[in-house]
Order: sequence, then C-alpha cells, then structure tokens
Amino acid sequence: MKKQLFLGDEAIAQAAIDAGLSGVYSYPGTPSTEITEFIQASPLAKERNIFSKWCSNEKTALETALGMSYAGKRTLSCMKHVGLNVAADAFMNIAMSGINGGMIIVSADDPSMHSSQNEQDNRVYGNFAMIPIFEPSNQQEAYDMIYDGYDLSEKLGYPILFRITIRMAHSRAGVQRREIREQNRMHLEENAHLKYILLPVNARRRYKELLEKQSEFLEASENSPYNQYFDGPDKKTGIVACGIAFNYLLENYPDGFKNPVLKVSQYPLPKKQLLKLVEECEEILVLEDGFPVVEEQLKGYLGIGLKVRGRLDGTLNRDGELNPDKVRKALGLDVISHYNIPSIVENRPPALCAGCGHRDVYEALNEVIKEYQGAKVFSDIGCYTLGALPPFRSIESCIDMGASITMAKGASEAGVYPSLAVIGDSTFTHSGMTGLLDCVNSNSNVVIIISDNETTAMTGGQDSAATGRIHDICKGIGVHPDHLRAFVPLKKNYEEMKQIIREEIEYPGVSVIVPCRECIQTFKRKKKK
Amino acid sequence: MKTDIILAGVGGQGILSVAAVIGEAALEDGLYMKQAEVHGMSQRGGDVQSHLRISDKPIASDLIPLGNVDIIISLEPMEALRYLQYLKKDGWVVTNSKPFENIPNYPDIEKVMEAYNNLPNKKIIDVYQIARDFGAPRSSNMVLLGAAAPYLNIDFNKLENGISHIFGRKGEEVIEMNLKALRAGREK
Repeated sequence: MKKQLFLGDEAIAQAAIDAGLSGVYSYPGTPSTEITEFIQASPLAKERNIFSKWCSNEKTALETALGMSYAGKRTLSCMKHVGLNVAADAFMNIAMSGINGGMIIVSADDPSMHSSQNEQDNRVYGNFAMIPIFEPSNQQEAYDMIYDGYDLSEKLGYPILFRITIRMAHSRAGVQRREIREQNRMHLEENAHLKYILLPVNARRRYKELLEKQSEFLEASENSPYNQYFDGPDKKTGIVACGIAFNYLLENYPDGFKNPVLKVSQYPLPKKQLLKLVEECEEILVLEDGFPVVEEQLKGYLGIGLKVRGRLDGTLNRDGELNPDKVRKALGLDVISHYNIPSIVENRPPALCAGCGHRDVYEALNEVIKEYQGAKVFSDIGCYTLGALPPFRSIESCIDMGASITMAKGASEAGVYPSLAVIGDSTFTHSGMTGLLDCVNSNSNVVIIISDNETTAMTGGQDSAATGRIHDICKGIGVHPDHLRAFVPLKKNYEEMKQIIREEIEYPGVSVIVPCRECIQTFKRKKKK
Repeated sequence: MKTDIILAGVGGQGILSVAAVIGEAALEDGLYMKQAEVHGMSQRGGDVQSHLRISDKPIASDLIPLGNVDIIISLEPMEALRYLQYLKKDGWVVTNSKPFENIPNYPDIEKVMEAYNNLPNKKIIDVYQIARDFGAPRSSNMVLLGAAAPYLNIDFNKLENGISHIFGRKGEEVIEMNLKALRAGREK
C-alpha cells in the first residue's frame, strides 16, 4: 500500500481502526477533534460498526470507554489537555481498576496556548496515575505506537496515556499503514468485580498491584523500539529529546548528532539508557515540549548532583511551544541571519463571524447593561469568548467549561448586581447543567444566557448534545417557566431582546434566556450541499 | 532538493486548499513532505499560516527554522510580511496585492507596499482581477499558486494533477475552473 498523507490526529484514528478498535468516545477540543471526526467519516469504521458519536463531556466519554473495555473490546478516548481535568476522576481510578480490552487515552496538549486557556503538560497526569505514557515524535510513529499500544495495554492490563502536542496533531506527513486486524469479540473477565469495585478492600489490593506493575512498565519502556540511543563524539553534553522535540534536534543536525542522544517516546523514563547517558556525559540537556517534566525528574528539587539543563535554568524558555530555533539556541549553534518583521504589520486577532448570532446577543446585552452600573458578565469556553475583544468587550471571565454560571452565582452572593452569565449550548450540556441546579436550589439572583447556535462551533461544528432540548432541560432542572425566556438573535428583534434581558435582570431570582439561531458556518455548509 | 514554503492569509481565504494541491503534487512526485496547519480559534478571521516542507530526503521538523524559507505564498499583502523572519535572504515572496481589511488599524496600503522595496525577489499581483479576467472568479487562490509554481521545484503537470485529485469530488466544471486559474497565474 502507498503512503497516505495524514494529520497526526488522522494517523492516530486510522491506526486505532486498523488495530481493531470497537468504539471511540470523545468530546471535541482543539487540537484533538480531528481524531474522532476521522473515525466518524471513515468507511471502514462504518463497515465495522465502530461507535463514534460525540459524548456530552470528557468524563462521560472516558467512563463509557471503560465500559467497552470491561466487555473486552478495544477502545479510544480523545480529548484536549484541559479535557483530561474534566475526566480526571475517571482517569485516576481507571489506573486503579485496570482494563480488559485495550484502552488508549489521547491527550492533545497545546503548548503556547494557540487555542486554550493554559498549557498544562498531561505527562504529569500520566505520572500521577502511574501508567505508561506514549509520546510519538512523528506521524508514522503516532500510527505505529497506537497500533502496538493496544497490544501492550492488553498485555499489561492497564490503559496507556497517549500524549501529543498541537504540532503533531495538526501537521501532515506520509504514513504507511499496516495490516487491518480483527476486532476483539466481547469477552468478560472472571471475577471482574474484584477489579472494578473500588471499595477500600479491593482498592488497597489494586493499589499494591499497580505499584508492583511499575517494574513491568519500566521494562516495557527500556525495551521499547521507540526509545532510542544514538552515539555521538562530544561527550560533554548528553541530550534527552522527548516526543516531537526530537525532530527539532534532528533538524539542527542533518548530518548526524554531535552528542550522545536519548530519544524518549515511551514512559516511565527508560532507566537503563538514562544511566548510560549520565555515565558517558558530564551534563544533560533536556528537550521537551511543555512542562519541564523529565528535567525535574532528573534534576530533583534541590538540583544538587547531576548537572541538568533545560527549561528550569533558562537554557530554554520556561513557557511556550518548542521550535527548531529555540532548540538551536539551546544547542549553542549560530543564529541563521534573517529579515525582521516590518513595523507596519499589525495583529489580526480572530473575531466572531459576520452574521453570527452571538454578535447580536452581545450588541443587545451591551446596550442593556449600560443602564446598570454594577453589571458583570461572566462567560465561558466557546466562540462567544470572542465577546471579550473589541468591538464588544462584553465579558469578565473565561475560566473553564461551565464556570460562567457558577461564577455568576458566587459573585451574586457576594453582592454583584446584576450578575450575568453567557454560555453556549454545548458548553452548557458539557458542564453547565449542574451549576444551574445549584442556582435553582439557592434561588440565586442571576441571569443566565444560553446562546444556542445548535452546534459545537469553535471546534468546527460538531453535533451539540441537546439540540432542540435546552428549554426542556432548564425546565427539568427547576427554572421557573415564567423566567425561562427565548428570542431569535437578529437585528430586527433588538427591542424585544433588550426588553427581555431588562425584565430578567429586574427579576430577583434565577432567569434563563435562550437566544437561538443556527451557527452561520454550519448554515452555510448545509446550503452548499 | 528541498523546498520550504510558508502559506499565509486570513482565516477563510483558502490557503489550506493551496497547501493540499501542493501536497498532493509532491506525493505524486514521490517526495517527502510535512505540512503544519492552523486549526481552531484563529480560523475565525485571524491570521493563519501553514509551514509546508517538500524534500527528496526525510524531513525532521514540522516547523521551518527562521531564515530558511524559499518562498512565501500569501493571499494578503500584510500577511506575507508577518512571516518575513522565515524567509531566506534570496527567497521569493509571491503575494496577492489586495488587502483584506477586517481590523480597524490596518496600515496604509502604500506603507505595506513600501515594505516590499527591500526584497530582491517578489511577485505582487492582483489575483482577484486575474481570476475575474479569466472567468474563474472563485479560484483566485489557484491563480496565486500558478504564479508561485516556477519556484516550487515541482513539475507543473503534477500541480495540475493535484487539482484534479483535490477537487475531484466537486465535478469536472470546478476542476476546469481551477486549472484555468492555475494556468492564468503561471503567465504572470
């Protein structure tokens, strides 16, 4: 078979399908979205009846994946780095229970925060849960490591955390596929309950088993073909290059490495190879994209003993995505001469699309809150976060999925009036519903605007979990029907929209307003078809 | 032989289809390629770029180092300048001349054009006008690709095949339109 051009995300998806996947469970989030979308669009996945419908959030996704693994089938769960925070409860405890059918959890991290609110490095989570972590350096490795990862996961009885960064996720290269394998049949384990019921009596035993397993995880790393040792003549500095950082190193030494290099793509860190590097060299330079995870491990908190350089001593920036130029500087190579950016070049920030319903919501909202001096609008994660930028400058906050509603509640209880929230439909069903229940139970004086565009727009228009049912959900949670309002966000309706917002600000209790109009992008796409 | 390319523009202008055609052509030529794209938030009318690397040897980094780019291909004149740090001293800039003004502080277009004075190798053309003149108004991005074609080290007919492949599902008429635009660009 000829090589195929795949995004890193697509290579992961294709590898999982080829390795006998039975279900992928995910919530969209840049840069992980394209993995699940690829499986949804794959004819082979359809033919094999691979489940691929979006889940309400990352926690429901990961738990469902565990259910499928429990029944013996191979499963995949994909999320952006901050999505793993949402799924963390499930994640930490799956490391306790272990799995049956192979399970891979993909965390797509976003160093430099191209499309995220932080740049957390989820290898920390992998170490926290004490499970193996894979970190491929290129698209072919992404394919091969997923393909082989299912075998390893089943052999060890534990899930694998598959960590990529945005550059791997969204970069294309030629990938050679392997033989398509049969899917697992359903097969249940004997005495499965002793694994999966994490009552203290079982949990204590499972934890001991997890601790005992560590030596096997280490052995797998030391024997992994994806961890490689390269010799080099200059033994002053030994280099540890993790994941995609290896490419940036290679870019700077096209004719072979000058120093000994340990490429790390599988964790726990391969001790044998590291010891060899430390014995051979006077100091270690660590190249890793994200947090100084490996650097800290090697250096220790006090930094006495082994000399380790990297992001902590200023050899590399502590924050931000790596690139070949930063690595070049860390290696002490000459800067390549280049042009400068002309001073006339201005920033061009993203903006809400022309014709977007959120625009109309903010126009009307801004008009009304001018009438109330103390008004604060808390917002959330989605396209409507762009309401922070000119010309709107409407919102005060964007912290995590669902936080608009709960922050508005807390601020209101501290005396902020009027206290408003703006959240999208998909974010509301992801993590806003429980916060709304808190509001109802406390009869908080808040106005919650669920700006419903009937899709998960920011990530490219995936299905939203409760299209057409937002009203019923709010009613079910206990919002009073008189204060559950709706309008169509269009210029011609401005007076009506403003009046509704005003009335609900004046009502001293929980109000929910649902402006509803389809996302202009999904609308245009449908029209084209 | 290695060609490092930066494609630039504003979210929604269609740089990714230019990248897709070059990628397809490179693959058909049996070359290695890597192409880093921008998805997500910045696609909403913000600046977007793609690093595209083609070589007859394996390629290491998905990102191109500073001062290494052989050609910047841009659908917007200010956007090309944003990536000037990447350009080789003797590299080419092939850009659309018409600004995309969706920010209030867009600089004076004369100032933008002045910034091109120092560059030895450039081609600044009105791709919209050319596309209209050749009866292919919706394929202005392929006009741009045609204009850049001489500097890509890829056979022109491979680019044509790339278009047939990438737009295959959209029918003969769309393919023809894009081929026409590509050829029109080459003449410029």
